[in-house]
Amino acid sequence: MIGLVVVSHSRQLAFGVAELAGQMAPSVKIVPSGGDGMGGLGTSYEAVGEAISQADSGAGVVVLFDLGSAKMVADMAAEEAAGSVMVVDAPLVEGAVAAAVRAQGGAGLPEVAAAAVSAGGGGQDSVEVGGDVVRAEVSLTNSVGLHARPAALVARALASLDAAVVVRFGEEEADAKSVLALMGLGAPGGARIEVAASGADAAEAVRRVEELAARRFDE
Amino acid sequence: MECTAESVAEAMRAVAAVVVEHRDELLRLDREIGDGDHGENMARGFTALVSKLDGHAPASPGGVLRLVATTLISTVGGAAGPLYGTAFLRAATSVGDVASMDGTVVAKALRAALEGVVARGKAEVGDKTMVDALTPAVAAAESVAASGGGVAEVLSAAADAAELGADSTVPLVARKGRASYLGERSAGHLDPGARSTSLLLRTFAGRAR
Repeated sequence: MIGLVVVSHSRQLAFGVAELAGQMAPSVKIVPSGGDGMGGLGTSYEAVGEAISQADSGAGVVVLFDLGSAKMVADMAAEEAAGSVMVVDAPLVEGAVAAAVRAQGGAGLPEVAAAAVSAGGGGQDSVEVGGDVVRAEVSLTNSVGLHARPAALVARALASLDAAVVVRFGEEEADAKSVLALMGLGAPGGARIEVAASGADAAEAVRRVEELAARRFDE
Repeated sequence: MECTAESVAEAMRAVAAVVVEHRDELLRLDREIGDGDHGENMARGFTALVSKLDGHAPASPGGVLRLVATTLISTVGGAAGPLYGTAFLRAATSVGDVASMDGTVVAKALRAALEGVVARGKAEVGDKTMVDALTPAVAAAESVAASGGGVAEVLSAAADAAELGADSTVPLVARKGRASYLGERSAGHLDPGARSTSLLLRTFAGRAR
């Protein structure tokens, strides 16, 4: 499984982002590295290097950063690291969440990195369902609807399936494998959504979403 | 003159003294357009370097430059740590394991340092960074080395050009680093990184005479 490192000038910010992303991806190793190592704001080359080696279980690491010099420190640490490391220029919070969920779904290094980079919004690829489409109406009986954690459960449940899956709410449509796109629908508790899937695992994809909704997303 | 490991180490000690002496000036410059820690960061890094040199000075000029790089990367922080660290690391690689540097080797090392800084920070001439001081310095060093100049002449030309380059950053609007967040308000101030670069080169030139 791909690991993540969150580099911030602020120790609290790094830990907070790691905590938030970790809530959505409990098995992913997310290591925060923040501050100058002496209690002040800044970044520490050594600390980032250690964080990278802690986060690497052998599959590789994606590194996110907050501001300018954090990128330079991350780049240097990545160049020195033993394993495969990608430093991504992505929005820190959204990027960490998107990358963590994608990593939890078992994706490889390029996919996890791409998930972080496209989390900025502009790069969201729309998904097309076509051919034989499996559809279902699903009621969100949990109180928060497709909020962060439920959205992460859906995206993770579908990540490994060979299917294009979209969720429609009102006029909006989202890639069901993208936690940020799902959250962006703003589907509240009590809402009805439509799930449409095509591809070899289409039926299984729809079944999984229905099952999660029936369990009220383990709320 | 011979530019051996010992003379490079001595030059670094001199730089440490100069950086500490100019700490408040760098701090003030950085407070005007940055986050105000450049003087403190540089003084901390070079002070740490001196204690490492006291403990064990490497036997080749390249070895000293490599020690400078690794020390600055881990102690300076901010953008200056990775940038100066990369500069000295590339310079060390360029020098290799020669026992003594002549003018040509020094000019090549400066070129390698500039290329490292540009690769790491992605800044160009005119962005109001240390690149504005280092770029003309490298050109001057190469031209003096090409006409057979020794280490002292090469470094002296580099220092002169770096000072002019640093001064040229005053009217510029910053396009890189923390100062770029200020936009137009960054104009009218000397860039602290360009200033520290010219201080380093002037100190090296003074030691080489």
